[in-house]
Amino acid sequence: MNREELLQTKGRIFDIQRYSIHDGEGIRTIVFLKGCVLRCRWCCNPESQEYAVQTMMVAGKPKVIGKDVTVEEVLEIVEKDRAYYRRSGGGITLSGGESLCQPQFTRALLQAAKESGISTAMESMGAAPYEVIDSILPYLDTYLMDIKHISPKKHKEFTGMSNELMLENARKIAASGKTRLVIRVPVVPTFNDTPEEIAAIAQFADKLPGVNKIHLLPYHRLGQDKYEGLGREYLMKDILPPENEHMEMLKKVVENVSRLTCQIGG
Amino acid sequence: MRKYNSSRVPKTERITRLVENLYAKMPEIESARAVLVTESYQQTENLPMITRRALAFEHILKNIPIIIRDEELIVGSSTLAPRGCQTFPEFSYEWLEQEFETVDSREADPFYISDRAKKEIKEANSYWKGKTTSELATSYMAPEALKAIAHNIFTTGNYFYNGVGHVTVQYEKVLAVGYEGIIAEAKAELAKCDFGDADYATRSRFLEAVIISCQAVIDYAARYAKLAVGMAQNCQDAKRKEELLAIASNCSHVPAKGARTFHEACQSFWFVQQLLQMESSGHSISPGRFDQYMYPYYKKDLEEGRITREQAQELIDCIWVKLNDLNKCRDAESAKGFAGYSLFQNLIVGGQDENGRDVTNDLSFMCIEASFHVFLPMPSLSIRVWNGSPRDLLIRAAELTRTGIGLPAYYNDEVIIPSLMSRGVSLEEARNYNIIGCVEPQVPGKTWGWHDAAFFNMCRPLELVFTGGMDCGEQIGPKTPAVENMQTFQEFCDAYQTQMNYFISLLVNADNAIDQAHAERMPLPYLASMVDDCMARGKTCEQGGCVYNFTGPQGFGIANVADSLFAIKKLVFEEKKVTMAEFKKALMFNYGQSVSPLIVSQVAGTVARRMIEKGMQPDTAAVAKMAQEIIKTSVTAEDKRKFDQLLAMIEDITKFGNDEEEIDMMAREAAYTYTKPLLQYKNPRGGVFQAGLYPVSANVPLGAQTGATPDGRLAGVPVADGVSPSAGKDMNGPTAAANSVSRLDHGIASNGTLYNQKFHPSALSGQEGLEKFVDLIRTYFDKKGSHVQFNVVSRETLLDAQKHPENYKHLVVRVAGYSALFTTLSRSLQDDIIRRTEQGF
Repeated sequence: MNREELLQTKGRIFDIQRYSIHDGEGIRTIVFLKGCVLRCRWCCNPESQEYAVQTMMVAGKPKVIGKDVTVEEVLEIVEKDRAYYRRSGGGITLSGGESLCQPQFTRALLQAAKESGISTAMESMGAAPYEVIDSILPYLDTYLMDIKHISPKKHKEFTGMSNELMLENARKIAASGKTRLVIRVPVVPTFNDTPEEIAAIAQFADKLPGVNKIHLLPYHRLGQDKYEGLGREYLMKDILPPENEHMEMLKKVVENVSRLTCQIGG
Repeated sequence: MRKYNSSRVPKTERITRLVENLYAKMPEIESARAVLVTESYQQTENLPMITRRALAFEHILKNIPIIIRDEELIVGSSTLAPRGCQTFPEFSYEWLEQEFETVDSREADPFYISDRAKKEIKEANSYWKGKTTSELATSYMAPEALKAIAHNIFTTGNYFYNGVGHVTVQYEKVLAVGYEGIIAEAKAELAKCDFGDADYATRSRFLEAVIISCQAVIDYAARYAKLAVGMAQNCQDAKRKEELLAIASNCSHVPAKGARTFHEACQSFWFVQQLLQMESSGHSISPGRFDQYMYPYYKKDLEEGRITREQAQELIDCIWVKLNDLNKCRDAESAKGFAGYSLFQNLIVGGQDENGRDVTNDLSFMCIEASFHVFLPMPSLSIRVWNGSPRDLLIRAAELTRTGIGLPAYYNDEVIIPSLMSRGVSLEEARNYNIIGCVEPQVPGKTWGWHDAAFFNMCRPLELVFTGGMDCGEQIGPKTPAVENMQTFQEFCDAYQTQMNYFISLLVNADNAIDQAHAERMPLPYLASMVDDCMARGKTCEQGGCVYNFTGPQGFGIANVADSLFAIKKLVFEEKKVTMAEFKKALMFNYGQSVSPLIVSQVAGTVARRMIEKGMQPDTAAVAKMAQEIIKTSVTAEDKRKFDQLLAMIEDITKFGNDEEEIDMMAREAAYTYTKPLLQYKNPRGGVFQAGLYPVSANVPLGAQTGATPDGRLAGVPVADGVSPSAGKDMNGPTAAANSVSRLDHGIASNGTLYNQKFHPSALSGQEGLEKFVDLIRTYFDKKGSHVQFNVVSRETLLDAQKHPENYKHLVVRVAGYSALFTTLSRSLQDDIIRRTEQGF
C-alpha cells in the first residue's frame, strides 16, 4: 500500500487516551479499537466487546461508543505528543478490544506510525490466525501479549474461548524474533490467582525464546459502572481486587519458577 | 571524578521535635515591634527619613525581646511565640484594629492576640494617623484609579498595605566580609563625598544610615551570644551546653565578620534572612541560590574534616525550620489572596553558572533532602531545569513532588534566560537568575523588581464591554460601542482592548503612586547595604539605587477570557446561533442560575443613578429591594429556557487546555491584551513594567467579585488560576493541557507565569512513574513552558481532609506558586484546589 492508501484505511475505535504510562515504554498514546473475540467476565472495557456502535449511559447521560476513523485522523492525535515520545522513548499503543479483529486497520495504523518514526506497541491476546499476526509484526516494536490461563477449560469458562490458538501464536511470535514480546497476566481472584496457576503461566512464558519480562496486572473494578451503563449485569460484583501482599507473593512465585523479570502493574 | 554526592542523608530526632514545637499552638501577634518603632519615630521627627528608618531599626534590635528555642542550632527569632508575628504600623495599621476581634477566628490564616498586645498596639497606632505609606499612596493616586480599585478591576493592596520585599540580597557578600566589611565599604563611600556635591545631603545621610543599620545587626547578634552564654552556664545537659557555647561563639563572630565555618555561614545567613523581615513587612524575601553561595563553606569544612554530611544536613534542616518560624499577619482580604501563612521565601537549586555550565552540587540534593525532612511549606523550594540538568537531580525532585508537598516548583532556564535578556540583562547575569516569591525571575543582588505589584482581573474589563464601561450605575471605563450593534468579532475584540488599555493605564497610575510613597516614607538602609548599586549611587532600592528596576503586576483569568472570546466568535459571529443582545441578557442574569448579590448591586446602582437623574433621593435599602424584584420578575420561563440552551451550546465548544490550536491561539492573543500594552510604561525608578501571569490565590476572592462570563462561568465562581486552563475544562490529560499552555507566549511575561497540574499519586508510582513524570516536565519545557508545579494528592484525601481537618494538620498542597497547609486554607480555596483537574489513571 502506498502512503495515501495507508492513511485512508478505515477502522472503528472507541477512545484515544494520551499520557498513558502503564502500557509500554515511556509516555504513550493508546488507541482503543472496538470489537473483541473474547467475553472475559472481568473485562474493564465492556464497551469494547461489540464491534457495533453502542450507546452507553455515562454519568446519567447517553454516550455513543464507537467511531469510524481513518488512520490519518488517528495519527493526527498521536502526533500531538511526539515530543513526549522523544523524551521518554514512548509512542503509540493499540489496545481494545482485540486489535486483531480489525487486521487491515491495525496493520495500516502501525505501519503508518512506524514510517513516521513513532515507536509502536500493541496489547493483544493473539486471537487470530498466525498469518494475520505475521503480516503485522514487521511494524510492531513491542507485543504486549495477554496470557490469562494455561488450562483450556478454565480459559473457555471465563472468557468464552479456549486458549490453544493463543498459546500456539505466542510460541510462533516468539520464534519469529520480529518483535519484542512481553507477557502480561491479568490476576483475577477465583480465576487465576493461585500460585500454581501463575507459576504455570510463568513457566510457559519462560520457554518462549526472547521473552524476559512478565507483567502481573492486578484485577480492578473500575469498569463496573460501565456494565450498568450498557444495561448488563456485572458478574464479578463480589470479587475484591487482590491485596498488595498477595501480588508480591505471586511475584516471588514467578521469580522462583522462571528467570523472568516480573513487574506488578504495566 | 564525581561532580556531586547525591546519597540520601537521614533525619535527626532534633528536627522532628523542632517541627513539633513550632506547630504546638496557633500563631500569635506580638506588640514589641509596634511599640518600639513608634517610640523611635516620636523622638526623630525632625530628622531625614532615611536616618529615622535607621534609628528605628537600631532601637528595635536593641530592645526587642530575644529567645533561643529548645534544641535550636541556628538562632534568631522575631517573636517569643513560635510562628508569631510583629506588626508594622508605619505601612498601615487601621485594618488590624478593625479586625482585632475577628483575627483569631477568621477562616484564612487566624492569629491569636492577647488583650495586652491589643492595648499596646492600639496605643502605638494612635501615633500613625496620616504618616503611613498607604495614606501617602492614596493621595498620589488619580481619582479614576481609586475608582477602578473600588470596582475591583485590579488590586494593588500588597504594597499599599505592606512593605515591598520581593528581593534577593547579596548573602554571599555578608558571608564573605560580614557587616564590618560592609560598614568599611560605606565609610569609604562616605569619604568620597565632597561637601560641594549636589547630592551630598542625601548621599551622606544614606551612607550613615547604612552604617547605623549594619552596626545594629552586629549588636543584635551579640545579644544572642550573651544570651547563649548565660543559658549555657545554667545548663545541666553537657551536650546542650556545648551547643549553646557553639551558638555563642557563632553569634559573636558573625554576621560581624566573614564566616569561617559552615555553621557560622548558616547562622550568618539566618540573621540576614530574619532581619530583612524585621526592617520591613515586605514578603518574598527570597534566599535564591542557597546551594551556590553556601557551597564553599560546606566544601571547605568537609575537606578539612570539620563537619560530616549528616551534621551539615542537620544545620540545613534547622534553617528550613526557622524559615517557617517567621510569620506575617495580613488584613483579612489579603489573607485570602495569599492564604496559608506564606512568606514566599523562595530558594532555588541547580541550574547554570554565568558561563553556562551546570552547577548542581551536594547542597542541591541536601536542600531537597531538607524539604523531605522538615516537610513544611517554607522555603518555597524551586529547581532550575535546563538541557544540562543531571537526571538524578530531577528524579530526586520528582520524588519530593510525589510526597504531595507541592514542592519543588520547576523552572525552565531555556525560557527564562532569554526572557530576562529581553529586559536588558546581560547573558552572564541572566544565567545567574533566581526566583522571587512565587514565580518571578530576576538577577540576585541587583534588582528591585516590585514583582508582586498588583492583581489585574482580566475578566472585569470583559464584563465592561457588555455595559459600555458602566459598573453598578457608574461610568468607570471608556464608553465602548453597544455590543448589540457590533457587526464583527473584531469590533468586540477592539472594544475589549480599549477597556484593557484604559484600566492598564490606571493600574500603572496606582502602582507608581505607591512606588513614590515608598521612596519618600520607607527608604530601607539595611536592605540597601546588600543590593547593588545602592552604595555607589547613594540611594536606597526604593529611591532607584538598584541596577535593575521593574514593576511586575500580574494578570489572571486568561483561560476565561480566551474561552469567552472563542464562545462569542463561534456562537455569535460564525454560527450565528445567538445574538449579542441575548448573550448580554444571559450574563446580566447570571444565565438564570441564581440572583447573586453582585447582580443586585449592578441593578441597584443603575436604578439609583436614574433616580438621581430625575432629582430623587434614593434610599439604598429600598433600591436594593427594588432591584431584587426587578431581577426576579424579569427572568421569564422562556428566558430561562434560552439561558439553559446557551449554556449547553457553550459547554459544547472546545475550551483552552485541550490541545486545540484555534482556541489555544485565542488564549495567546488574550494574554497579549495584557502583556503587550504594559510594556510601554515606566516606573519612578526608571524601570519598565513587565507582566506576570499568575494569581497567587487571588483568583478565588477576586472571582467572587466577578459577574458571569461568556465562557459559561457563573457569577462569583473562581476565575482560572495562572496560565492554567479553567478548572475541570482540560479533558485530554496532562500532555494535552501542557501543549495548550505552552502555546502562550511565556517569554513576554517576564515577571513569570504559573502553571498548576494536579496528579494522582498513582501517576508517579515506582521508578518508572518518576522517570515518565520527569520526561513530561522536560517535554513541556522543550515546548517553551516557563514554570510548572504539581499537587500530588488524591481527591479522596482532600475531601477527607475537609471533613476531618484534625487528621491532616500537616497536609501540604500547592496553592499557586507556593505550598500551604491545606487545613489552614479557606473552604472556597480548598474547593478550588479539589476542582482542578486531577490527571490520574
